[in-house]
Amino acid sequence: MLEINNLHVEVNATGILKGIDLTVKAGEVHAIMGPNGSGKSTLANAVAGRPGYDVTEGDILFEGESILGWIPDQRARAGLFLAMQYPVELPGVRNRQFLKAALDALREERGEDELSAREFDTLYRKRVAEIGMSEDLSRRNVNEGFSGGEKKRNEILQMAVLEPRLALLDETDSGLDIDALRTVADGVNSYRSPDNAMLLVTHYQRILDYVTPDYVHVLVDGRIIRSGGKDLALELEEKGYDWIVQEAAVVRSG
Amino acid sequence: MTSKTSTYDLYAKQFDRLPSTGPEWLSAFRQRGIDSFSMLGFPTSRKDNERWKYTNLGPLANAAFGYAERPGTVDAGLLKALAPSSDDWVQLVFVDGHYAPEHSTNGHAGNGVVVGRIGDTDGLSLNGVGERLGSLASLESDGFTALNTAFATDGAVVKVSPGGSAPTVQLVYVTTEHGEAIATHPRALVIAGEGSECTVVESYVGVGESTYFTNSVSEIILEDGAQVEHYRLMMDSPNAFHIGSTPVRMAEDSTFNSLSFARGGRVARNGLHVMLDAPGSKCVVGGLYFTYGTQHIDNHIVIDHLKPQTGSDLYFKGILDDRSRAVFSGGVIVHPNAQKSEAYQKDQNLLLSEGARINTKPMLEIYADDIQATHGATAGAVADEAIFYMRSRGIDENTARDLLVHGFAKEIIDRVSLEPLREYLDGLFADGLPGAGAKHSEGGKSRG
Repeated sequence: MLEINNLHVEVNATGILKGIDLTVKAGEVHAIMGPNGSGKSTLANAVAGRPGYDVTEGDILFEGESILGWIPDQRARAGLFLAMQYPVELPGVRNRQFLKAALDALREERGEDELSAREFDTLYRKRVAEIGMSEDLSRRNVNEGFSGGEKKRNEILQMAVLEPRLALLDETDSGLDIDALRTVADGVNSYRSPDNAMLLVTHYQRILDYVTPDYVHVLVDGRIIRSGGKDLALELEEKGYDWIVQEAAVVRSG
Repeated sequence: MTSKTSTYDLYAKQFDRLPSTGPEWLSAFRQRGIDSFSMLGFPTSRKDNERWKYTNLGPLANAAFGYAERPGTVDAGLLKALAPSSDDWVQLVFVDGHYAPEHSTNGHAGNGVVVGRIGDTDGLSLNGVGERLGSLASLESDGFTALNTAFATDGAVVKVSPGGSAPTVQLVYVTTEHGEAIATHPRALVIAGEGSECTVVESYVGVGESTYFTNSVSEIILEDGAQVEHYRLMMDSPNAFHIGSTPVRMAEDSTFNSLSFARGGRVARNGLHVMLDAPGSKCVVGGLYFTYGTQHIDNHIVIDHLKPQTGSDLYFKGILDDRSRAVFSGGVIVHPNAQKSEAYQKDQNLLLSEGARINTKPMLEIYADDIQATHGATAGAVADEAIFYMRSRGIDENTARDLLVHGFAKEIIDRVSLEPLREYLDGLFADGLPGAGAKHSEGGKSRG
């Protein structure tokens, strides 16, 4: 589904990613872990096509096609979704209205008819209930006056309504209390299916108590220095990042 | 050409040709208007330049506007589209400066409310109109008011008796497409008696892209405890000149809530002057202006806090695209006597193009020491992160921008309590900035 080859990315002319190789197949959940500043969020944003994240080398293939030349909304309409680390407030834009516009765009791309207002409301209310979001929040302007947890919950709601093929979750778990974390994890788990895939960018092992990844990758200084199964996350939790960083340094200099 | 003399001659000739109908006081009133205009002319960059600093009146002073002997035709469907209304509203319609009885509910009287015409005061209990007309709009203030007065053969009067509660009254001024550019001088007087309530909508609309000059004056008088809700819609043609002046005087414990919506014109001016003339009087004044192309809108708001415990709250928003230009000038003056007053104002602008320009000048002049006041202004582009957020959900860039523009406008539109009006305004912004849609509809959804 997603194939990243030798990806180099610069932000403000500073090299952040220095050669990433990663393959994600349908049905898989990959966790990208690493210390602060390692380039985890850059990876998620570069895949989503955020302006300012310049790919200087390598390629990103989605469903076998290079998407480097695709504008962000085109990537989204093709089935990519980025749950943001810092969801943005949209003054005056209602949550429902926003999601309807997004779903309309996705359906149009697939050659499907727009949902009627009533059909959309049925879907929307169902998803709101599943996520456990209050009806009141869902009627408000997008993320305006939402707490940190509510914003992250809203990201999961959007994912549940838009049903992307590949979801990139950029530190969706950080800053959450245990209840919000559970909600987010439940949303992720119920979304998981053999047809779609997920890239879970996280600093902490905590969310992996609730979401079991198929693969864990450790990203340090713009490179994946180790990949493994879910046990790798537990090892990191126990020992921290230092040992693995030092080990990698030894390997590289040797 | 020496614009003052020739401009005066042009309007003086039109004045002389007008039939002298109506009560005697009205003829005398109008004569004072033309006399005053002969001395003042239009403001120029040399004289009175502070109040007109950012609005060049040269093209207006140099243009020769005719007088429409007969009104053009407007069918009911078009009228409803231009100025939405509800069946239970009372409506007076003027087409090209002429009263249009077929569209109006003139002579409405009931519940202590009289809606009538300035030139037709006999049959209605409109005594006192002669004394009140012109009591707020000073002939000395500028040539526009003087010129309007000279042509005040007709106009609207809304008079609510003490304790009365009026239905919503809409005053519609339509300018149709003419062979030559015409000038109209709409005049209105609203008197809200002691403890009365009323809602007045002023709709100024132009048909098509016609060139015309609307020179309007609306005086609003609030007596003790009166509550007036006021809307002013300036939906002019992009080629229109519109100079509007609304002086308001407020008595004890009265409240004035006013909202304006203006899309600008060749030159458009939304002038409002509120005199908080008694303790406990409070006004809330909002506005939304939205321009594209080379349109121009000048919001000139003056609030005089003349007495203690008065309140003013100004909140304006502007959306500007292309090479359009807007001015917000909020002059709030707290006079020495106006202790324990509150004065707030803000102006926020969304600039959609690098060529658009806003001159925003929120000013507070405070001569009392025990008051609360804030003022501020902002101007900025649409936030990139908001656009990216929406695009990351599949919404194309233009639609994202339109949604944000609509959202920005909504904050003002949602304050409209009249449903037909709110729906109409909300509909205008459904695809972003009204009028700018043609340019934005191309591209955007293609696979780049």
